[in-house]
Amino acid sequence: MSQATAHAEPAESPLTPESWGKLGMWIFLAGDAMSFGVLLASYGALRFASPNWPDPNHTLGITLTAFMTFVLICSSVTMVKALDGAKRGDLPALKRFLNLTILGGAFFLGCQAFEWNHLIHGEHMTLLASPFHGHSYDPLFGVTFYILTGFHGCHVLGGVIYLTCVRLNAAKYVGGQGPNGVEVLGLYWHFVDLVWILVFTFVYLLPPLHPHL
Amino acid sequence: MSDSHSQSPSYMTIFWYLAILTAAEVGVTFMPLAPVPMGALLVGMALGKACLVALYFMHLKFERTTLSLIAVTPMLICVFLTVMLYPDITWSWRP
Repeated sequence: MSQATAHAEPAESPLTPESWGKLGMWIFLAGDAMSFGVLLASYGALRFASPNWPDPNHTLGITLTAFMTFVLICSSVTMVKALDGAKRGDLPALKRFLNLTILGGAFFLGCQAFEWNHLIHGEHMTLLASPFHGHSYDPLFGVTFYILTGFHGCHVLGGVIYLTCVRLNAAKYVGGQGPNGVEVLGLYWHFVDLVWILVFTFVYLLPPLHPHL
Repeated sequence: MSDSHSQSPSYMTIFWYLAILTAAEVGVTFMPLAPVPMGALLVGMALGKACLVALYFMHLKFERTTLSLIAVTPMLICVFLTVMLYPDITWSWRP
């Protein structure tokens, strides 16, 4: 047996020596990035092929969403601070920064609900119609907007629930289990922030690029 | 690994980069630019912000290269998809 051990191939070192959970989260995020990538690519194809697409800057308004972007960036900072706290074994800091991250996510969702309410009841933008300022634009504007921002909103909601679960068990991550669970959670939360940066630019900021507009 | 961390900018520095880039993006939309240069500027800044989040907040800069390859692969596939969709987009541009 000792001879077999001596001739055994050395085990390949894992990509993420800290935990397998981290590698699992990266692989999940790669798949999720494909979902968002496909949605954004098809959104771009529909948008730039349509000669009747509104200028989102004038129809959706970017003041609120720019602020929402800022809040999400702030919540990413509080998330890395929470991880720092967990690594230092500082339970009060971990709890405080997780609370702030949850607050940022919940605030973002509240702003999104406000925006959707305004668009549905104020502007009457539905899945079948995109009327703005007395002009009827391509209905695909409304469909793609609700699908993209809704899919991202579901991720934020999932993130807030995930954050709350970790917050409720915060003591575990400075004790026996170590901070890896907080790092895995952080990867998810930063990914949600990263995707919003792209959604904000592509859906809200880009000007009409169709040559007939 | 700790050496790399100590040489990297702090989280607050990254935060300020992200905040300034977000403000710059909003500012660009009010500038009297043609749509194509404006679009290029906005997409460039958004990709810069996304890279900052991935490299520093998600610690990709300090991980093994193979993990970066896992992260980059979906982006490459999406670029390929966009290129494949290009004929469909330009079809409607005919006069």
